[in-house]
Amino acid sequence: MSKSKIFREIFRYLKPYRTLFAFTVLAAVAVVAGQLLAPFFAGKAIDCLVGAGNIDKSGLTLDLIACAASAAGAVLFQWPMTLASNKIAYGVLSDLRVAAFSKLGKLPLRYIDGRAYGDVSSVIVSDAEQFSDGLILGFNQLFTGVLTILGVLGIMLAIRWEIALVVFCITPVSFFVARFISRSTYKTFKAQTEARADEAAFVDEMLAGLKVVKAFGREEENDAVFREKNEALRRASLRAVFFSSTTNPSTRFVNALVYAAVALVGGFLAISTAGMGAPFTVGNLGTFLSYANQYTKPFNEISEVAAEFQNALACAGRIFALIREEEEPSDEGLPALGRVKGEVRAEDVAFSYDKDRSLIEGFRLGVKAGMRVAIVGPTGCGKTTLVNLLMRFYDVDGGAIYVDGQDIRTVTRASLRENYGMVLQETWLKKGTVRENLMMGRTDCTEEEMVEAAKAAKAHAFIMRLPAGYDTVLGEEGVLSAGQKQLLCIARVMLCRPPMLILDEATSNIDTRTERIVQDAFAALMKGRTCFVVAHRLSTIETSDLILVMKAGKIVEQGTHRELLARGGFYSELYRAQFET
Amino acid sequence: MKHLFSCLKRYRKEAILSPLFKLFEACMELLVPLVVAEIVDTGVKTGDRMFIVHAVLLLALFAVLGLGFALTAQFFAAKAAVGTSAELRRELFSKLQSLSYTQIDDMGTSSMLTRMTSDIQQVQNGVNMTLRIFLRSPIIVFGAAGMAFFVDWRAGLVILGLIPLLAAVVYAVMFLCTPRYKAVQEKLDGVYLSTRENLAGARVIRAFRMEEEERAAFCKKSGALEREQVRVGRIAALSGPVTFLLVNLAAVLLIFVGAGRVEIGALGQGDVLALYGYLSIILVELIKLANLIVTMTKAVSCTRRIGAVLDMEGEPSVTAENRALDVKEGDHVRFEHVGFTYAGGGAPALSNVSFTASRGETVGILGGTGSGKSTLVRLVPRFYEATEGHIFLGGTDVSSIPAGELRGRIGYVPQKAVLFRGTIASNLRWGKEDATEEEMLRACEVAQALDVVEAKGGLGGEVAQDGRNLSGGQRQRLTIARALVRDPELLILDDSSSALDYATDARLRNALKGVGCTVLLVSQRVASVMHSDKILVLDEGHVAGMGTHDELMQSCALYREIYHSQTEVRHE
Repeated sequence: MSKSKIFREIFRYLKPYRTLFAFTVLAAVAVVAGQLLAPFFAGKAIDCLVGAGNIDKSGLTLDLIACAASAAGAVLFQWPMTLASNKIAYGVLSDLRVAAFSKLGKLPLRYIDGRAYGDVSSVIVSDAEQFSDGLILGFNQLFTGVLTILGVLGIMLAIRWEIALVVFCITPVSFFVARFISRSTYKTFKAQTEARADEAAFVDEMLAGLKVVKAFGREEENDAVFREKNEALRRASLRAVFFSSTTNPSTRFVNALVYAAVALVGGFLAISTAGMGAPFTVGNLGTFLSYANQYTKPFNEISEVAAEFQNALACAGRIFALIREEEEPSDEGLPALGRVKGEVRAEDVAFSYDKDRSLIEGFRLGVKAGMRVAIVGPTGCGKTTLVNLLMRFYDVDGGAIYVDGQDIRTVTRASLRENYGMVLQETWLKKGTVRENLMMGRTDCTEEEMVEAAKAAKAHAFIMRLPAGYDTVLGEEGVLSAGQKQLLCIARVMLCRPPMLILDEATSNIDTRTERIVQDAFAALMKGRTCFVVAHRLSTIETSDLILVMKAGKIVEQGTHRELLARGGFYSELYRAQFET
Repeated sequence: MKHLFSCLKRYRKEAILSPLFKLFEACMELLVPLVVAEIVDTGVKTGDRMFIVHAVLLLALFAVLGLGFALTAQFFAAKAAVGTSAELRRELFSKLQSLSYTQIDDMGTSSMLTRMTSDIQQVQNGVNMTLRIFLRSPIIVFGAAGMAFFVDWRAGLVILGLIPLLAAVVYAVMFLCTPRYKAVQEKLDGVYLSTRENLAGARVIRAFRMEEEERAAFCKKSGALEREQVRVGRIAALSGPVTFLLVNLAAVLLIFVGAGRVEIGALGQGDVLALYGYLSIILVELIKLANLIVTMTKAVSCTRRIGAVLDMEGEPSVTAENRALDVKEGDHVRFEHVGFTYAGGGAPALSNVSFTASRGETVGILGGTGSGKSTLVRLVPRFYEATEGHIFLGGTDVSSIPAGELRGRIGYVPQKAVLFRGTIASNLRWGKEDATEEEMLRACEVAQALDVVEAKGGLGGEVAQDGRNLSGGQRQRLTIARALVRDPELLILDDSSSALDYATDARLRNALKGVGCTVLLVSQRVASVMHSDKILVLDEGHVAGMGTHDELMQSCALYREIYHSQTEVRHE
């Protein structure tokens, strides 16, 4: 994404906040003015104190009031200004997060399948945050910084151009010093990043496998390895942290030089202009010294913002790329499918994940309502591809799939999926209570219906053993065994009673006895319903009406168990290898 | 906080030297206004240009010395901060490794990782900044007040009066922000979790047409996070302006008081200038401090989160003495009325389980999902501690054997085949640190894993993270070999042959017979356990039957049912 495009996007997201934004800009001017005028009036006040018995009392009072008023004015605007810019920054951040998240529901699965979850979620969460921190809060700092520099220069020029010139010439040095340091610390930071990544990878692996670590009593060996990596990280970090922390003392040093120079030139000027029409007063000197003290701060801040800027822009680029990613073709305006009988037909279907490598070609299938279809083949043969096509997670490249005679691309996806009940190989439960998970497909069902479905899926008994029964919150690690999770997923589908079922190795983690009980329940549910089962189990396969045999992503044979055995092809080979002992 | 201080203690020298050098630097800075006062009251008044030049050279000298002191201080601060965080990381890693299975379940991997990485990083920043700025600020503030007293005690009183006010502002903001930053962090975790969940569950969400609901739920979470952030910001944003206002009001008061002193000739104009200079120094310092509050509060809440983990008890450590011995002839593994309930309540996962296994015997454990099979075998190596009854290994109550020794005697093959990045050999050596090539190959032979070794080009063959470059069956056989390498007296197979086909499974069982160790074999397949010396049938945590295959076919209805359910289709 080009920079100008990114900026256009940024402005689009800032637009709803334009009033607030205008306010922050105006408030910033007021704040900077107040902050700069306070020392100016303080300096003038000091000028009123010429010496013993020689004090301009009325001038003093006026100047002190002006000083206090300037300070109060600055504060009066500074708080709302910060609040406003926070509101913009966090508001835009939240808008971006929601926009990116909403995208997840609309992207083709191809996009999600092709990326690591960690990468995508870090765009939505951390990139968004870094962008808002870096660019929006950064802008605020940058703007006030620039205003301060200009304001100080203006006032200094107005009082005495000679000293202004001195300050003007020396101050940028601090800017260059900061730049120089940040450039030369780049290497040490890189070393630190590498050492940190190395340690993190080790920690990640060992914590993920912590139970095995303990089973084998590897704690001490791990400690030893960790100690080594940790020491390497400590060394690298020390260098990076120290070198980067030299910035502040260095700029402070430059600042002190500015201070000294102002004192020198100011002192000389005060002597040479004494008694003249427009003398350089002690108060002027005080004002100047006060400015010199605060003058490098905005320079430091600007250099920090500049360093952050590239990174923030890169983050913004990634978020907008996600938000602008091409969505699944819209199915708006298409009719809904309605409740089907469950007749499924595929004609001349062609499909591949990778355009250069054909996978499925000329695939035909005829499934009558209520038939049970088993999909078999060795691991990794691409059985989930069929599921992807049937549920329209992916669209076919050629040919068409019909449900009850309707091309599934001519109806809405939601209405198609509503007709399927699905239990996938990877059980997926969301963080929430058992109840919330069960009622996912039917938020309107009654307590009785839910319990009934759980009972039918043999999940009721173990749910009742959980600490809070149906209200137990399932966490990321969870107390549930793989089999129990699967039972919950089955109960979830049971509750929906859809006309067609897709079971992707649905019962592989359940022992045969429980599987049998569950399948009895399924059998009742499947009566008059079409069912696709991706299965390894002999009992499931043998009793199916149709078997699709897959190999390396392709459908190589189809027929009944007897037909396929009689044919003596790949299926019979597979059958012998897998089930005969 | 106590953990942080105990780690910091090791860097006591640096932690003291850093602020000390900061103090030196601060002194340099604090002398400046005095010199300026002299420039005004002596140099300018008398028109002595040489005096001014000398004074300015003195200022330059202060600047150079200040730079030197500051750099030294930064170095010690960095050393202490980086060292402390390294120390803290090491302690935390050790602690995490000592947690019990229950605690591991409870905490979850991702929150352990967060503690180890970003939380500790925040603490490091906090320590570094504390040494560099947090300690410097009071020094400067009090130093400036002290110098003001030196110039004029009345003016000094003004500055001294200012200090408690400023301290109150800083403290109040920190006090109010700390718990709110914690709330922000929790909300952020929630947003992150939602995102990951929606990626992992993309298919299920679409299948159940939950896109809109999920979006709405996320919107709510994101909005709540935004509101929380704005709320914290509202308080945090107060510190800067309030400080600025207080300091300027103090300046007004100071000049006013100073005016009276100048009037009677007690002070020169330059002195007032110097006093004003001190206030200006205080202001710059405090604005820096105010910006730091965010870093500090974050560091404090992270330190607490880490401290909570370090305070966890971990596994109870058992010393080798006080062994509870109860040797019974011929018993190797003995369960006596064992019961277990998972933390968090609910019904017991196991109750009143009693059985014995003689040395060299194989005991099959069969039962449905959630019947307590895996729980039962995990009690022997004390991954979970039995909540009732006793378990004996070789006549000693396992609860009186130190965990390390106990687990060293057991070969455990987990349900989930976990391997680690490295080579096949490096993974097998988890079982026995100094295993020879021969020992490893022998273990692989028994585990039917020789073909895996061959396929990967020998024991040096590479294993990717999580064993991703191996199939489920290959991983499973290697984990079995890993347990066998140590030549254990007890082998526990925790439903760990599910990815093996029947033929390999059978060969494995035959090969195990030749090894001679006692075996506890958990399985869902009757075929895997039917040839065991003894079979234990579990049903919802209770023993439903015990005996040989033939005995159970006679006596146990549940066993018969399972047997028929798994075999009858083939007999049709």
